[in-house]
Amino acid sequence: MTDTHARILSETERIKALGETAPRLARDPVSQPIINAWLDAIDETDPRFTEGLAPPAMAQVWTMPGLRGTRGADDPLSQAMEMLDAAGFTSVLGTNCDQVYERYLKVGEQVSVTTRLVDVAGPKQTGVGEGYFVTTRNVWRVGDEEVASMQFRVLKFKPGQGGRAASEASDQSRPQGPDRSEIIRPVVNQDTAYFWEGTRQGELRLQTCNACGELRHPPGPVCPSCHAMDRGYVVASGRGTVFSFLVHHAPQMPGRELPLTIALVELEEGVRVVAAVRGNPEDLAIGDPVVVAWDKVDDELTLPVWELAR
Amino acid sequence: MSLSGRAAIVGIGATEFSKESGRSELQLSAEATLAALADAGLTPADVDGLTTFTMDNSSEIALARELGMGDLRFFSRINYGGGAACATVQQAAMAVATGVAEVVVCYRGFNERSGQRFGQVSSWAAAQVNTNGLDNAMTYPHGLSTPAATVAMQARRYMHEYGATSADFGAVAVADRRHAANNPDAFFYGKPITIEDHQSSRMIADPLRLLDCCQESDGAVALVVTSPSRAASLKQPAVSIAAAAQGSAPDQYVMTSYYRDDIGVPEMGVVGRELWRQSGLTQDDIAMAVLYDHFTPYVLMQLEELGFCGRGEAPGFIADGAIEIGGRLPLNTHGGQLGEAYIHGMNGIAEAARQVRGTSVNQVPDAEHVLVTAGTGVPTSGLILSK
Repeated sequence: MTDTHARILSETERIKALGETAPRLARDPVSQPIINAWLDAIDETDPRFTEGLAPPAMAQVWTMPGLRGTRGADDPLSQAMEMLDAAGFTSVLGTNCDQVYERYLKVGEQVSVTTRLVDVAGPKQTGVGEGYFVTTRNVWRVGDEEVASMQFRVLKFKPGQGGRAASEASDQSRPQGPDRSEIIRPVVNQDTAYFWEGTRQGELRLQTCNACGELRHPPGPVCPSCHAMDRGYVVASGRGTVFSFLVHHAPQMPGRELPLTIALVELEEGVRVVAAVRGNPEDLAIGDPVVVAWDKVDDELTLPVWELAR
Repeated sequence: MSLSGRAAIVGIGATEFSKESGRSELQLSAEATLAALADAGLTPADVDGLTTFTMDNSSEIALARELGMGDLRFFSRINYGGGAACATVQQAAMAVATGVAEVVVCYRGFNERSGQRFGQVSSWAAAQVNTNGLDNAMTYPHGLSTPAATVAMQARRYMHEYGATSADFGAVAVADRRHAANNPDAFFYGKPITIEDHQSSRMIADPLRLLDCCQESDGAVALVVTSPSRAASLKQPAVSIAAAAQGSAPDQYVMTSYYRDDIGVPEMGVVGRELWRQSGLTQDDIAMAVLYDHFTPYVLMQLEELGFCGRGEAPGFIADGAIEIGGRLPLNTHGGQLGEAYIHGMNGIAEAARQVRGTSVNQVPDAEHVLVTAGTGVPTSGLILSK
């Protein structure tokens, strides 16, 4: 073990032992103007968010310190970053965050946030250079009630060391991440168009037979039970459990970042639907509860995705 | 009226199996057809029927032209990828049994490694403007877009329901590669693997590892089918077609039959029941089997659907070398598609015929009846071949 690594380990233990920071109150309460600006920016039209509920993914927005704000000297993320800066791991790449929402926030509520350091793991040899993964956990509360949380992970690395680092870092024309225009498009016909119109509107639509009521997915022109050709649809609750899943590692896939977790989910309405699982949860298991969310590829195509609900 | 014993395989032919044949797919099929006819003691002029896969890129008339064949009275193609393999022989046997044709060649040739690789993301399959494309619309756009991934979904469920492990799947790969190691025609000749090699091979579509997946190969195989009476005057001992069946089950899809109560491979159960019915044989009569092994988990599921063991019992059934040469039911003695080559199951039918002839490099003693299956996870087919 090098001296640097030993220092990072002991400093990590010290910051972890500090535990959760004191709650830091948001600058402002949850407000409709900020929600509206967010809805405009991401082109979201769900009417619930114009009537006093905040989009859950805005959790972090409410406690942003602002341009001139500071995080406070006890902030464990800042402390871990400073420690790694000092050790020469100055660059940041590949943040990822997993958020869990307990309920919708309402206009007028004032949120507070706490942070603790979960771990600093490394050193790891990556394509861009040697680095450490820093994981922190934020919890948002209204009063004492937990409303949302986030596991946040970032790679802090020494630049210019990795095999591909020099060429990729200097190639500014290289697109960030996969080209999502290459995602495979569905073939659609008059039997299936309602399904894809639904996904564009954030509705997971399940074909129903207007004659006998049988639900069905995937769709088709005839009811296999009663042979009626009189069909409608119901909008699924979006809740279900994992019936099976896989994690695709190879080969490369157009428009997709790998690995990619894909699950066959049994909806509470009783039919099964395949979709990708957001965030590749490492401990995903058959039987886990999931809820549908939406991945807007472009104006024509929105795909359902599963989010872990436990 | 039964099909059993009404036709026989009398010729086997193949090209070398490689990763880059360097020649056209039509040439490969022509070479394999000439080899199979020579093996039988026949010539292209004797052929009056041809069968192949819907997926084959060389038409029957193109092959007939290249080989200067005369009038064709019967030509037929079977759908659903590798599920077509044994059905090419079934169609030939039905044509021969009914007098529609007398000598039928079943062929399959492709540059599946140096040309279009089936293991890659098959964007074309999602772009088809037909019911297959509509089916795939519910899977491919989400990223479920390779054969390995579609099988992994079923494999995970099988592990969950029956407690099977990755090492159970690995036992199939170890058996295949042991057999291939003794087969000079196999791509992996002289290269056996251990279960540790399997367990340390990289993940392709978790829970499937690299060594759970068959090869990608260039090559061709052809088989000659004729009547028992014509067979009697030919060079090789006839390999009788004791049973030949196709199977599709309720709510069937191509590789993504995920909406049934049980997402196993019941279509192979349909094939199995028909094979036993036609042949009048039972599992105890079968000396060895060639079970389509594009992915190892399907070999376990097939053993159960064919009734060699009960549902969920395959991990126990295959343990301790039971499916290796010398075991109670040797499988894939040519090395299978993991070890010999991936010729869409046609090389497996050739091996089953060699076992009945008594000429396999890994010969099973007294192989009077053998069973062979076609691609799994799709509408499929199977044969029982007998002395």
